[in-house]
Amino acid sequence: MKIAIPMNEQSMDTEVCPSFGRAPYFLLYDSVTKEAYYLDNEAVASQGGAGIRAAQVIADHGVKALIAPRCGENAAEVLTKAEVFTYHSIPGTARQNIEAHLNNQLPLLSEFHAGFHGHEKK
Amino acid sequence: MLSGKGGTGKTLVSVNFAAAAEAAVYLDCDVEEPNGHLFFKPEITSEELVSAKIPLIDYDRCNGCRTCVDFCKFNALAFIKNKPVLFKDICHSCGGCVLFCPQKAISEEEKNVGMIQSGTSGQVRVHTGFLNTGEASGIPIIKELLKKSAGETALPIFIDCPPGNACSVMESIKDADYCVLVAEPTVFGVHNLKMVCDLAETFHKPYGVVLNKCLEDENPAEEFCKEHHATILGRIPFDSKLGSISSNARIAVRENDRYRELFSELLHTIIEEANHEAVAHPQR
Repeated sequence: MKIAIPMNEQSMDTEVCPSFGRAPYFLLYDSVTKEAYYLDNEAVASQGGAGIRAAQVIADHGVKALIAPRCGENAAEVLTKAEVFTYHSIPGTARQNIEAHLNNQLPLLSEFHAGFHGHEKK
Repeated sequence: MLSGKGGTGKTLVSVNFAAAAEAAVYLDCDVEEPNGHLFFKPEITSEELVSAKIPLIDYDRCNGCRTCVDFCKFNALAFIKNKPVLFKDICHSCGGCVLFCPQKAISEEEKNVGMIQSGTSGQVRVHTGFLNTGEASGIPIIKELLKKSAGETALPIFIDCPPGNACSVMESIKDADYCVLVAEPTVFGVHNLKMVCDLAETFHKPYGVVLNKCLEDENPAEEFCKEHHATILGRIPFDSKLGSISSNARIAVRENDRYRELFSELLHTIIEEANHEAVAHPQR
């Protein structure tokens, strides 16, 4: 199963990026082969609809689980329709989040925000 | 009337110019936050809805080729389970997906995006565009607003633009003969003034600058104009009386001789500049 995590840096020992749509990279981790690779987020410089675009990238790569601290409504709609489950990340590194997820310790993300649209909270 | 940032005095200047001209047309193209009507309090004569076209996908014809999704630069189309899915609120009504669909599976439907209210205040014809909250683009409303003054040759037309230098501003100045840039005396103001100077130059529009909120101290916007040989049309003082009149949604020109004189003189300068430009550069 492929797992995706939004990342600021290309290292599994760095923290999860707080933004989904505007994250610079996505870590893709295959829980069967234990292989990890990184994707550039094509949506990072989008004028609008970044969440939709980022969710599209995730869906196109056959990801089944996304781990993120939050996610916008439009992105959630794409992910849900594409049958990608979104899990709430815990503070810590990507590696710790993957371990927690594989131990079924991450809850599903249940709330989706209406988007910041130029008013990104820092 | 345009400015790089909000709150520099576009509406103050536009409204008072229109009032100083007495018989005029005032178009409020700042459709996300139109406020000229608050000053004019026009007697409303008509209201009309404005719609934009959004794609309507015929899923029986769609073969899932993804051309439309790949074309959309606004990310309004997602591709899920081999079919395009539209996000209406993100769509900018460019019509590209309709043109590029090889299966002719996309047509267009109308979607209401706002309205235009028209009325009169004294001899000023006031047209105000209102964009519905949450809509991506005010352009369809601005296009319709500009049509309201099309063919108007006898009266001066004052276009109150949205702030900034994005598409909606480009649309608003498209048919303008002259651009008045309103600037405030701050370093931040200069940064934004430069943005709109660049925009006016890109569109080959003659322009001049009105320095608003002028104090006795040095004025970074004035220095910028001198350095870049931008015409200074005039100065409006930082004046608590003018501020008080405006904050009570009243029109300074209509109630105070001093301000009527100030704005009339400024308007006279602008009309002379605009006429001069029309003679000197007829290709514009």
